[in-house]
Amino acid sequence: MKKSLTRRVSQNAREICLLAVIALIAVLVNVRSGGNFLAPKNISDMLVETSILAVLAMGMMSVIITGGIDLSVGSTMALAGMVGTTVLRDSMTELGQGLHPALVIALAIGVGMAAGLLNGFLVARLNVLPIIATLGTMNIYRGATYLLSGGKWMLQQNMTVDFMAVATGKAFLGVNNLIWIALAVFAINFYFLGYTRTGRRIYAVGNSKESAEVSGINTKAVTILAYVITGGLAGLAGILYVCKYAAAQGETATGYELSVIAACVLGGVSISGGLGKAHGAILGALLFGMLNNALPLLKISPFWQEAIRGLIILISIIVNALVSRRSAFKALERRVAA
Amino acid sequence: MTEQAHRSLQSERPFSAKRFFLQWEWMLAIIFIVVNMANASLSPNYLVFDSIMSAIQMFCDKAILVFPMMLVILLGDIDISVASIMALSAVSMGVSFNAGLPIGAAILVAILVGGACGLANGLLLIKFKELSSMVVTLVGQIVFRGIASIILQDQAAGGFPSWFQYLGWGYVGKIPFILLIVIAEAIVFGFVIHFTRFGRSVYAIGNNETAARYSGIKTKSVRLLAFVIMGLFSGVAAIFLASKMGSVRPSVAKGYEMDVIAMVVLGGVSNNGGKGRVMGVVIATFIVGLLRYGLGIVNVPSQTIMIIVGALLIIAVIIPNLKSSLSGFRMFKKIAGKGQ
Repeated sequence: MKKSLTRRVSQNAREICLLAVIALIAVLVNVRSGGNFLAPKNISDMLVETSILAVLAMGMMSVIITGGIDLSVGSTMALAGMVGTTVLRDSMTELGQGLHPALVIALAIGVGMAAGLLNGFLVARLNVLPIIATLGTMNIYRGATYLLSGGKWMLQQNMTVDFMAVATGKAFLGVNNLIWIALAVFAINFYFLGYTRTGRRIYAVGNSKESAEVSGINTKAVTILAYVITGGLAGLAGILYVCKYAAAQGETATGYELSVIAACVLGGVSISGGLGKAHGAILGALLFGMLNNALPLLKISPFWQEAIRGLIILISIIVNALVSRRSAFKALERRVAA
Repeated sequence: MTEQAHRSLQSERPFSAKRFFLQWEWMLAIIFIVVNMANASLSPNYLVFDSIMSAIQMFCDKAILVFPMMLVILLGDIDISVASIMALSAVSMGVSFNAGLPIGAAILVAILVGGACGLANGLLLIKFKELSSMVVTLVGQIVFRGIASIILQDQAAGGFPSWFQYLGWGYVGKIPFILLIVIAEAIVFGFVIHFTRFGRSVYAIGNNETAARYSGIKTKSVRLLAFVIMGLFSGVAAIFLASKMGSVRPSVAKGYEMDVIAMVVLGGVSNNGGKGRVMGVVIATFIVGLLRYGLGIVNVPSQTIMIIVGALLIIAVIIPNLKSSLSGFRMFKKIAGKGQ
């Protein structure tokens, strides 16, 4: 059955709204900054900055859709980045050759998936509430990162040139690799959550665990899978973060979990579960990244930036709530009319 | 009368020794004793009255936040903005004192600013039922600290009179003044949570908000009040923090919210709402605080302590779950047996 255009628009009202807000802000900021904001160089910088957050948001959204939350992603990023670079350093020869970057990235993803597996096991099998389980593992993974590093930093001299080139290189069309990676993750996630059986099951679990159970879905396995996805993408984000800044340390990505939750919420992923789209979440991450880039460009005092960022998030979630209220009302009207 | 209400809500049967000793608080008491024995055997300097008292003084500013946070978590909500509220309260107090207000008025400013922040959180929550407390207080966390940094930028405010230090550092006899405050607070909250109509409605909302609303509880007012109380006490905690530090900056108290939430949850308060008692929270606060202190004096790195506290939190939550899933299994077997 083909959906009519109006139906499509009304189903994506939230995302279209968000896109309009992003466009509006972009134009306004561009005018105020005398055309600097939409200069190709700045757009590229901004997207590179945002891509790591976007990768993380793509992961976080699956857990939030199941009705959970993962506070440990920042620590998982630090741990995966630290493990990856430590192994890389140990593999380095005197000539500066070492493990292939792809292997390092795979290793970091593996570490992240293991961390996610533990979270998922605690939540799904041992019935620990997500916020508590991941609050605990947040401390554990962060502590493990410190212990592994012994308080030392991994710096440029501990990484191979090939590895660092991942974050600075431009493989296709002169666009930075990080942007390609974020786009690839988005494309896979969009297809996975929207169009595969397993992806739809994640929504089913988030909407009503009991109904999902009754209709034959293995809710525990689905929940664990969601945490593993989040962990794996946090691992990927962690190694990319380390690669981009050419430094891994105990404090890497502290507080990132709250930025990514904010990005997801901006993108219309509901904390109570069952709602949220991949294209919404990536727009949320983009808006968040845009604010980080635009405020300094407008020469707003750094002391004002945090409060302004908070206020914009506040306004967006309130608008979001009102839009969803309205669309729920519309749906009700349609049903009454039918 | 209240006793009766208490019983009917908990659907308790006549007293049973087995059930009495299976309570979570006993488990916590055992952990508490084990922690203290371990600490004492690791370091001969541990069990010295004065040093324990000074250790308790160190974590008491967090302990002030634990009881109102318990109220919020009992409702099934969460408040992750408390550390930012503390920062804003402390900064407002410092700035208004430096602007020439007497210190008493500055203290009042801190408490009122805290209350106002709590009110803002609470109003947003009850006006927009689509928003969860996690989201609202996440925004609050960003905005409140943001306002603090607008007010004070990268400066510090302070120069409080010398008696003001007494609040954080002073002793009454051999007991720290701040500990007496926490004890008084625990008693008041114990009474309010367990023996008043307000306390009972908090449990009712935490168990089932819809049912509570239909049974005539003003659920919105109760939630609003809980967040305002949380804000007011964040202001109080900010005063003691300022007294301890001597000067205030917008960056004070970062990360406090996670420690406080961990203490409350370890105390057996369920994030699902409606479960937990003040006694458990008191013991859990002391467990976490003394564990940190004890491991600190035998030079366990703070990173290891982080891992231990995280693991303790998870294990503490798993144990009652195992127990309940086990009894659920038994009940299932019983029902299945009857069916045959």
